[in-house]
Amino acid sequence: MLAYLFRRLFAAAVMLVVIIMVVFGIFFLVPKWAGVDIASSFVGKQADPAAVEAVRQKLGLSDPIYSQVWEFFKGIFAGRTYAGGGDVTHCAAPCFGYSFRSEQAIWPVLTDRFPVTLALALGAAVLWLVLGMAAGVLSALKRGSFWDRGAMVVALAGVSLPVYFTGMASLAVFAFGLDWLDARYVPLTDSFTGWFGGLILPWITLAFLYAAMYARITRATMLEILGEDYIRTARAKGLREQTVIGKHAMRSTMTPILTMLGMDLGALIGGAILTETTFNLPGLGQAVLNAIKNQDLPVILGVTLITSLAVLIANLVVDVLYAVIDPRVRLA
Amino acid sequence: MTAPLHEPTAEAAPSAAEEAAVAGAESKSVQGRSLGRIAWERLKRDKLALTGAVVVLLLVAVALLAPVITSLLGQDPNEYHEDLIDPLFGTPVGSLGGISGDHLLGVEPVNGRDILARILYGARISLLVGFLSAVVAVIFGTVFGVLAGFFGGWVDSLISRVMDGLLAFPQLLFIIALVSVMPNDMLGLHGTGVRVFVMILVIGFFGWPYIGRVVRGQTLSMREREYVEAARSLGAGRFYILFKELLPNLVAPIIVYTTMMIPTNILTEAALSFLGVGVKPPTASWGQMLSSAIEYYESDPMYMVVPGVAIFITVLAFNLFGDGVRDALDPKGSR
Repeated sequence: MLAYLFRRLFAAAVMLVVIIMVVFGIFFLVPKWAGVDIASSFVGKQADPAAVEAVRQKLGLSDPIYSQVWEFFKGIFAGRTYAGGGDVTHCAAPCFGYSFRSEQAIWPVLTDRFPVTLALALGAAVLWLVLGMAAGVLSALKRGSFWDRGAMVVALAGVSLPVYFTGMASLAVFAFGLDWLDARYVPLTDSFTGWFGGLILPWITLAFLYAAMYARITRATMLEILGEDYIRTARAKGLREQTVIGKHAMRSTMTPILTMLGMDLGALIGGAILTETTFNLPGLGQAVLNAIKNQDLPVILGVTLITSLAVLIANLVVDVLYAVIDPRVRLA
Repeated sequence: MTAPLHEPTAEAAPSAAEEAAVAGAESKSVQGRSLGRIAWERLKRDKLALTGAVVVLLLVAVALLAPVITSLLGQDPNEYHEDLIDPLFGTPVGSLGGISGDHLLGVEPVNGRDILARILYGARISLLVGFLSAVVAVIFGTVFGVLAGFFGGWVDSLISRVMDGLLAFPQLLFIIALVSVMPNDMLGLHGTGVRVFVMILVIGFFGWPYIGRVVRGQTLSMREREYVEAARSLGAGRFYILFKELLPNLVAPIIVYTTMMIPTNILTEAALSFLGVGVKPPTASWGQMLSSAIEYYESDPMYMVVPGVAIFITVLAFNLFGDGVRDALDPKGSR
């Protein structure tokens, strides 16, 4: 188990380095090939040449790419001082970069917005896991029944609807039409009911989409597993149906679900961009989208890295859970 | 998992018998049938899948004929009709978003552009990006999947790690980032052309590991099958085996994954346009219409409903068709 864990950790570390390199590649090399000046996109299109030159010096943009990556890396642990153009800007550790456009360090932006996104992702995940797996298992057990067909029609509709459309429709109906709740985000520290009221529609909207996907996968996996020999053996030796389904079949059904959960949760924690935009939630996704619209590269860079980190951690947790559920994995 | 589509001649007789046995009750004739034939017969009986296929064909026709249809209706997607807009609220005059004999689906708030014409033109972008990015993904996925499965060893390890990595990437974020750093003029293309081109490439690029994994697995298991061994023992070279024995048998899973990938890609394109990094206005796209509709969901809900329903119908049709194709090509399927 320990060896397995180490292998996974090592793989995650390699992955993180690769991601950082790819992020740098996207933001520093692609514009270069395309003939766009990176320094100007750090300052703004209409910035005067002196300011652009100052940023170029501060970020060492003329240095080779690996030394830029190294400086960035070092900043995360040791903080970073940007000097050039006659003034000095300090960015305390952990420094995930500094936005010269909005003149603020990136790390506080990330910590400000992270709780919103985390609450959105986790709340929705609980909802969709419960709904999706329950619907999927019931459908598989009552295959071909009225319930099965109904649930699968709803699930198919669910995966065919864009989340921002269901979000807008739910806003129009519940927040505006029926006036049941005030769809504005309120921090948890201000008021619990306000926070809950502001997040309930995003939770349901997001969970509907994912519950539909999970129900389809759960049903398909469950049906396949119910045809396996070991299920027949379990039934033949006289186990109660509850035990056969609940213990034997569920265990195998969980593995693909867990893989998906790791990826989906990781991606969502890194910014549920569509949901946050639709409901105007001040999360990471909204921050990165605004940054993209303003061409504020340091913010994009910071959020992309945090996102990748979230995906990696989520995958790592899933890998460990995987090994707990399925002992064969540890040996592979 | 998938039965071969074309067996080498030496094996034709036993395999046909096998397939007839798989087909079971539905085969009355003694004659053997190919998997393509069996699949088609299964698909013909699947009403939902057929409905999906018909809707898909209709959508393609509508998208191709968009300029013809709009000119027949006497509308232009970019023509302003400010006389149809309430100057006080900026919303269309009349009920249900300004639906009238001239404007069958109403007009947009503020500028009064015909919604139907914009939906028709938007279909072109959605389908174009959806199809072509799936093609990109299939080409990459098949090439790398076959390479990994067929050659094994370090080639396999390398390609598999890359696929794992790409699957674990926060894709939407990377696609947004990539699309946003692209310049406005590139390779002789301009504006919308660049956007569409980049979206096709990037969506296709992040999609190939899904197909690559399946193709790799299939190749891996087929490499050791008897008919490949037979060909090898008869002195067939690597490339003969690759192109004549393996690739034809990969057609079925590739078709299944392509049909399932198109709706996802259409949703991704709509999402990018919704977020404002897809095609640029005034070019019409469904995602972009929804993103401007978000400000009017209280005063003019029809503006939001029309593009939303368009996306829904398109994606649903592709999903129904895709599910049908999957069931039809699955030899284990009971239908």
